[in-house]
Amino acid sequence: MTDTGRKKKVEVKNVSKIFGKSSKRAAQLLHEGKSKKDILKVTGATVGVNAATFDVLDGEIFVIMGLSGSGKSTLVRMLNRLIEPTSGQVLIDGEDIVKMNKEQLRNVRRKKIGMVFQNFALFPHRTILQNTEYGLEIQGTDKEARKKQALESLALVGLAGYESQYPGQLSGGMQQRVGLARALANDPDILLMDEAFSALDPLIRKDMQDELLQLHETMGKTFIFITHDLDEALRIGDRIALMKDGEIVQLGTPEEILMNPSNDYVERFVEDVDLSKVLTAAHIMKHADTVRIDRGPRVALRLMENLRISSIYVVDKSGRLMGALTAQDAMRAAEKNLPIEEVLIHDVITVPGESVLTDLFDVVSTATIPVAVVDEANRLKGIIIRGALIGALAGDNDFINENGTIEQEPVEEGEVKVHE
Amino acid sequence: MNELLPRLPFADWIDTGVDWLVDVFGPVFDGIATGLETTVETFVDILDIPPSILLAVIFALLAWWLSTKKIAAFTLIGFLFIDYLGYWYPMLQMLALVLTSVAIAIIIGVPIGIWMSQQVAARRIITPILDLMQTMPAFVYLIPAIFFFNIGVVPGLVASIIFAMPPTIRLTMLGIEQVPADLIEATEAFGSTTWQRLLKVQIPLAKPNIMAGVNQSIMLSLSMVVIASMVGAPGLGTKVYQAVTQLKTGVGVETGVAIVLVAIILDRITQHAGRSKQGGKES
Repeated sequence: MTDTGRKKKVEVKNVSKIFGKSSKRAAQLLHEGKSKKDILKVTGATVGVNAATFDVLDGEIFVIMGLSGSGKSTLVRMLNRLIEPTSGQVLIDGEDIVKMNKEQLRNVRRKKIGMVFQNFALFPHRTILQNTEYGLEIQGTDKEARKKQALESLALVGLAGYESQYPGQLSGGMQQRVGLARALANDPDILLMDEAFSALDPLIRKDMQDELLQLHETMGKTFIFITHDLDEALRIGDRIALMKDGEIVQLGTPEEILMNPSNDYVERFVEDVDLSKVLTAAHIMKHADTVRIDRGPRVALRLMENLRISSIYVVDKSGRLMGALTAQDAMRAAEKNLPIEEVLIHDVITVPGESVLTDLFDVVSTATIPVAVVDEANRLKGIIIRGALIGALAGDNDFINENGTIEQEPVEEGEVKVHE
Repeated sequence: MNELLPRLPFADWIDTGVDWLVDVFGPVFDGIATGLETTVETFVDILDIPPSILLAVIFALLAWWLSTKKIAAFTLIGFLFIDYLGYWYPMLQMLALVLTSVAIAIIIGVPIGIWMSQQVAARRIITPILDLMQTMPAFVYLIPAIFFFNIGVVPGLVASIIFAMPPTIRLTMLGIEQVPADLIEATEAFGSTTWQRLLKVQIPLAKPNIMAGVNQSIMLSLSMVVIASMVGAPGLGTKVYQAVTQLKTGVGVETGVAIVLVAIILDRITQHAGRSKQGGKES
């Protein structure tokens, strides 16, 4: 992650929310370190969010995840002050919105923060176009301009042609697209998505996640995404904040959370994760023994004998994959004094390092030699053997490379050494 | 009991209060009375310009525009029948009275309903007043109304307004309150002002409820016409009242049927106007 260089878009500092009458007394108890339960007993006030502190970087997808009652919806609503924080600061582009007056707050909501809701919250009496125009309409944008912008944003979510329909005439997935288009029409920097896909059925949800990632790529907006679904969080989040009982219990990249759960709660949570959808080829690949193309077949043959393998990958000087060589072919070449190139198998199966295990099953099961993992420049990064694939699925950490690199070598610089 | 506790002279106090109001605000009440009387009379005069058959057709076309063909046909037949019975002019007088009172009830009631939906304090104070307005026997309004406005169409009108207004207020408030919380949240999240939220989302969505309230107000106002006739409001109510005092069953039933016909027509039209024009199916 190269996050350190990026600007902070949202800074949440010590934000707490206490619901109920005696919130002052409760805040004091909270400060003294009393638990949520004790405070409820003593004061009758409920702690919604307790001293949440985190930064959201410009252009990232930040996921706040937790089960119902963990305070995630409260937390996200404090970011645009739909819920007033009891204490703390929420800085957006360095400005504390908690201190803003109504007029300033309205301006931030109109220009900077869009929101998408779990149950879509579309206006049933307005057409799709009128729904999408709403944010611009209340800002006083003139009719032509707002229509143009709304149509653009509808086209972006794939709903061109539905302008004159009413929300009740669309399916759930389409309604949420309208919700998304409505939020995008304002062209906000930040998009708050409160369980945006939770009301959709699984297939549509996956499509929407894909489209969200695509939108994120093209628009470069900051997304703050709330979900109770860990798979969803892992799939779309650049970073994830895990919440429990109003507190953030762990904050990190999906991998950090999966591989190093900070406490029992997180561990229990990630236990049930479908590893085949999270782990990638890079996580399970082994170091690949290779031979350079300009070496002779005898060298290759000896290398294979020493390593007790029946085939070897052949690379060029810069580590780019040229093909594979079997022991049989190498022997034939050695007898006839041919260069390796003549007997090279060119159509080897390769996969990119970021493909998830589910996509690998088919490839790995039918391949006769270990599948090669390559980067964009076709440089060989490693190989996948069947045993590792199965071992990783079983959750055996011996088969899983930390951070998706072999032996702590960063992927970017990880030139595979040529053993001779 | 009576000997132990002196009887408080509530009735005297109220009489004194009414007298005081009449003394102090007499001119104001006179002004209001003249205004209302002119309104109703002008209304009747306008309705009386076209021949009865033409007006019946106009009403039918209006009904068609607001609702369905079937209701339009019923409207035409209903009005022609009333004309045939010979109650055309009293019917017009009644219609003017009812529609004026409902119009005023809406003009006052809808804003009060909106106000109550926005402010808890307003709701706390106004709700018991509404209960009182609805449960107080309607005759009681007539007595002070006579003092304030003399006899004639105005006290009847005022009594109708008071009696007919509560449903419009209540249902306006209810309709606005029933707008789902996530829609309100959405309007807030996009940075709407209170007025934008009300005008663009809450009131349009409350429209079916508001129309149901208006419908109820019309019905209540119609139920007041006979009572209003006792203080001199002209119209079909007067005919019923006369039939009662002279024990003419036939005339009583005829005029009663005429009132019912008008009631059905107004009821169907307003019911339909509330339901339609919501665009698409409701989700």
